[in-house]
Amino acid sequence: MIRFFFDGRPIEAYPGESVAAALRAAGILALRRSPREGSPRGSFCWMGLCQECTVVADGVRRPACRLEVAGGMVVSSGAVP
Amino acid sequence: MSAADLIIVGGGPAGVEAALEAEAHGLSVILMDEAPQAGGQVYRAPPRAFSGAIQRQADPIGVRLRDRLSASRVQQFFDHTVWSVSPGFRVDALGPKGPVSYEARAVLAASGAQERVVPFPGWTRPEIVGLAGATIMLKSQGILPGRLTLVAGQGPLLLIVAIGILKAGGRVAAIVDLASRAEWLADWPALASRPDLAVRGLAWRAKLARAGVPILYRHAIRQVEKVGARRVSVTVGPVAANGMPLAAPLRGFEVDAVAVGNGLTASTDITRLLRAEHHFEPLRGGWAPKLDAYYRSSVSGLYVAGDGAGIAGAAAAACDGRLAGLCIAHDLGTVAEAEFRRAAAPLRRDAARARRFGTAMAKLMALRQGQVQAIPPETVLCRCEDITRAELTRAVGDGARSLNQLKAWTRCGMGPCQGRICGDVVGAVLVVEGGTREDVGQFTGRTPFRPLPLDQLAGDLAYADLKLPPPAPL
Repeated sequence: MIRFFFDGRPIEAYPGESVAAALRAAGILALRRSPREGSPRGSFCWMGLCQECTVVADGVRRPACRLEVAGGMVVSSGAVP
Repeated sequence: MSAADLIIVGGGPAGVEAALEAEAHGLSVILMDEAPQAGGQVYRAPPRAFSGAIQRQADPIGVRLRDRLSASRVQQFFDHTVWSVSPGFRVDALGPKGPVSYEARAVLAASGAQERVVPFPGWTRPEIVGLAGATIMLKSQGILPGRLTLVAGQGPLLLIVAIGILKAGGRVAAIVDLASRAEWLADWPALASRPDLAVRGLAWRAKLARAGVPILYRHAIRQVEKVGARRVSVTVGPVAANGMPLAAPLRGFEVDAVAVGNGLTASTDITRLLRAEHHFEPLRGGWAPKLDAYYRSSVSGLYVAGDGAGIAGAAAAACDGRLAGLCIAHDLGTVAEAEFRRAAAPLRRDAARARRFGTAMAKLMALRQGQVQAIPPETVLCRCEDITRAELTRAVGDGARSLNQLKAWTRCGMGPCQGRICGDVVGAVLVVEGGTREDVGQFTGRTPFRPLPLDQLAGDLAYADLKLPPPAPL
């Protein structure tokens, strides 16, 4: 197992897994809030289309479903930093 | 900038088969896909770092596809997100080492399908995923959508997802199917053209019965509400044949995940961007590029194969891809007319047979206008911008008639998904308000196809290096 951080919380993940999968398996579903209503959003399409799972990983906005976890990666929920 | 005869965008069954065929006929071929490996969504490979059980579960068709591609001389660019295709042709992508651009005499768009979900109150909650998304969780990532999942919508993915969840050790609260049992049986003759799949379908239904999973035919989700830290309550009710809700009886399910989908639509980013002509084919997913018998679009040198040409399924995509590869080689002059005719005839027969099955499935996935008509006013239609149906109705009252006007009026479709998630359903909602799908049109294709980090695209460009025109005198 490798470990990365989501909003400061350590998350265990399997090498090769996507950030979206590791977070969902850890019971973390809400990855960001919608810009207008502020409603919670999470991974939805799982193929990089909907952008609902956008997070900030090591300073770059990426869809979590297409982002492979890396040990020590620092991920925060997808609000504009 | 490097060049090739043909650039294929999309490494699913259509793209890979086309690449292999074109390469076998002497073309230099570049194949690009944003995924790490070939297979598309349908044969998506588990990550390479995963070992053991999940790799062995990978669909053997996908494994063979990847093996054949590795053994070929096709130049492969996986992990490359294509963000623009310009006339002539030039294809721009962002890869792991930064931006790349390639030129080619011809482009084949093999970008496959995307999922449509008809909105209901609560559908933006993070417990809810698309049916297609659920298949990716199960077969590629090895995770369940939740401990207890409600599976809803229409088409063959309902069964695929429910069975996948049971096999992976999860539980399914119910399958909520827009179609009636009779509609599934109506397509039996087409299903019989693929007895292997028909038998698998029967075995699946038996497995669901043994697991005690209720199947609610002619039902749809009315709304989803949060009821606890980890649970949502799903209200389900009966519908008419056109999807319009019927009064009673309503049923409630408490689950921790919902997988829902209302069929697939063609992914038309490239053909829309290059302003190719499209037509609306409701039984093949909706808008699709117009093609001739050689897979040529209305733009010279731009070809389309697979679900991106209208939904027909993976088997048809493979046949069409192979034939498209042959047609392109023929057009680019590496296959003589007589040889082309000889080679194309059996491929055309295979493609027609495969399409029969795919078309029957696509029919089950067709959008039902009554369901669209009944979307409540407070429901969010555009997830990116939180635009509700009531706002859309107001914009129509103010004079918006087409999708593009609606986008300018309300920002619907202007967010990071660029209208891919909402476009088809919002088009259908506009039709409810008046007009036809042709009047309403599609969102104009724009670059970049995906949101990309600008600093990565710019590379080591320094602002001082830019040749800027002198400012106008004051």
